[in-house]
Amino acid sequence: MITNIILAGVGGQGILTIAATLDTASLNNALFFKQSEVHGMSQRGGAVESHLRISDGQIYSDLIPMGEADMILGMEPMEVLRYLPFLKKEGWIITEKNPFVNISDYPPMDAIFTKIESYKNHLIIDASAIAKKLGVTKAANMVLLGAASHFIPIKDRALRAAIKSLFQSKSDRMVQLNLKAFDAGKQYVTTMESVLK
Amino acid sequence: MRNIVLGNEAVAQGAIDAGISGVYAYPGTPSTEITEYIQRKKDEKYLDIHANWSANEKTAMEAALGMSYSGKRAMAVMKHVGLNVAMDAFMNMAIAGVNGGLVVVVADDPSMHSSQNEQDSRYLANFARIPIVEPSNQQEAYDMIRHAFNLSEQLQLPVLLRLVTRLSHSRSLVTFNKPRKQKKINFLEDIKRFQLIPARAKPQYDKLIKKQKRIRTFSEESPFNKLVISKDTSLGIIASGIAYNYLMENFQEGCRYSCLKVSQYLLPRKQIKYLFDHCEKILVLEEGYPFIEEQLADFFEEDHKVIGRLTGHLNRTGELNPSMVAKALGIKKKKTNKIPDFVTGRPPQLCDGCGHRDTFNALDEIRKIIGDKQIFGDIGCYALGALAPHHTISTLIDMGASITMAKGAADAGVHPAIAIIGDSTFTHSGMTGLLDCINDKSPITLIISDNSAVAMTGGQNSAALAKLKNICLGLGVDPEHLKMIEPLPKNHEENVAIIQKELDYKGVSVIIAQRACVRLPGERKKMIKEILAAQN
Ligand SMILES: Cc1ncc(C[n+]2csc(CCOP(=O)(O)OP(=O)(O)O)c2C)c(N)n1
Ligand code: SF4
Repeated sequence: MITNIILAGVGGQGILTIAATLDTASLNNALFFKQSEVHGMSQRGGAVESHLRISDGQIYSDLIPMGEADMILGMEPMEVLRYLPFLKKEGWIITEKNPFVNISDYPPMDAIFTKIESYKNHLIIDASAIAKKLGVTKAANMVLLGAASHFIPIKDRALRAAIKSLFQSKSDRMVQLNLKAFDAGKQYVTTMESVLK
Repeated sequence: MRNIVLGNEAVAQGAIDAGISGVYAYPGTPSTEITEYIQRKKDEKYLDIHANWSANEKTAMEAALGMSYSGKRAMAVMKHVGLNVAMDAFMNMAIAGVNGGLVVVVADDPSMHSSQNEQDSRYLANFARIPIVEPSNQQEAYDMIRHAFNLSEQLQLPVLLRLVTRLSHSRSLVTFNKPRKQKKINFLEDIKRFQLIPARAKPQYDKLIKKQKRIRTFSEESPFNKLVISKDTSLGIIASGIAYNYLMENFQEGCRYSCLKVSQYLLPRKQIKYLFDHCEKILVLEEGYPFIEEQLADFFEEDHKVIGRLTGHLNRTGELNPSMVAKALGIKKKKTNKIPDFVTGRPPQLCDGCGHRDTFNALDEIRKIIGDKQIFGDIGCYALGALAPHHTISTLIDMGASITMAKGAADAGVHPAIAIIGDSTFTHSGMTGLLDCINDKSPITLIISDNSAVAMTGGQNSAALAKLKNICLGLGVDPEHLKMIEPLPKNHEENVAIIQKELDYKGVSVIIAQRACVRLPGERKKMIKEILAAQN
């Protein structure tokens, strides 16, 4: 079985760290994966996407075919909409609530939220606020990953181990804070029974 | 053990394990991580591999040839447009041949994610009459670089390994092999073939032409070119590189049609002949230009047997993807969601506090007076000056062209003619143009926006560090018209005045706007500051 995830955001928001965590976790879980990402120019505050495919069997394409994404996981609400053509019929949109406004013609927020809410399977999370409460504003990406982990077929243990190995080189404190952020995101969704049904 | 690596890193590790003694490269998306990976491993594992950046792709290519001439294995790495810069060396080393294995790794950028064009390097390798290998996944990228070195040594020719953005920048799991030993210095007994005077070049060229048959045979026997035959003869497919993945994505249970996967060129004639004899139509799937298709298609377009990008079955330009390939295969499209109209583009921007911003702000004052057609730009982070909110630069063609285009315009009588170029781009390709300006007394004002790094590709060390002033003076710039400014908001008025004054001068002026890229780590910035202070 293959799981296709589009990661969306703006350069510098930590999209590639989410991707790296899922890569390592897939390896920990003896799964195959392919993860294509953008380098170069667009990393300077431009739109950034990553295609992540996780499977127990061989994966051919590095890119997800149109209409085949099980999830769009976004650090920015307008950015998730950019990848709608990839979303499966029953696919999930999971996104950070706060916009990243670095362009002059950013659309009205209610248009964005109305569109996201028109999809049955959606989850808009104030991940930044949750991360801030924990004292690590920068770990909003891990909050989001925690929330999304309910819908990704990788064991928590593997994900937590991946977070550990990725942040180890920074410091023990960073490991702990990012794990906490992950758990907080996970917990946030656990309390929303309607979502998990 | 399986390792998580980018396609680029797979090539890099493969090259280390294949026993290279040097990698020569100039940064350029999507190729940069190959050299960076080797630099990292060199430090971690004390590898005896030369891995410093070269000033440009031509110097890289020639240094790689020098190492190969000495008997060791060398790799030259660049992005597709870099090969244009190295082309003189590339063409001629194909004539001379190599000694130690020499592989040229070129990363193409179809769809121009970070480039001026989407040229296909396979044409240039073909032009040089050398073999090409083209991996389709990360494991093949690892395996094929060693294969390429073996080919190079067997044929005594350089080999081109072609990558594309989506493989270069996609991560997956790769199993590594045992590393093999590096080679020792070992000159050829007869070195005459490296002396390309006409008397030697002619027989060498004949030899190269004679080798073509062997190159073709190697392809026909290559384990990387696979023909799988199917009973359905309505269609035969030739799929190269990553296009093969997009094909198989649509046939998870195995391809319905006979299919030839091409990962090594010259094209394997035997296998292609089989497809032509057995299938009614031939669909060519390839990333980039229609390189294979053009070789096989009917010139008069009468038999319509070969279909692909040229016949409109696939997009003529830009990358392929699984959905486009599905369409070419006649597989019915799923209904997909639309992107709402209100979603706007989000182009990249200069970082807050970037020195280029201040230089642009100063130039914007000048632009108010001279209009928006006389500032010749170049490539680097400051290329973003072509976009909102600045719209400062009028042109951007290739590395170094700011100076020489300003010169041409000045020669045509345009005044002022302003050129703006980055420090790394200046030492890559700007110095010779400046020499032309000086020798010709062409009245241009050159601004070198010096952030002491190759910022656009991730902040690599710049060959220009602390050398710009002396280079300009050495080339003959009048010291009276060589100015240093610090691009900071507080210096705005002063900087505008300095530029304005130089615009009145009817000769070559150079203004070095010097401030380190704010994205560099603190330590690097400090080091740069010290080096520059010692120099000034
Ligand atoms: C022939 C060629 N090689 C490489 C590149 C990729 N590239 C373009 S500009 C550049 C260097 C930019 O450095 P610099 O001029 O110092 O400007 P900065 O990005 O630091 O502002 C690179 C690596 C290219 N476009 N063309
Ligand atoms: S990376 Fe450096 S040079 Fe490039 S925009 Fe940012 S600050 Fe400016």
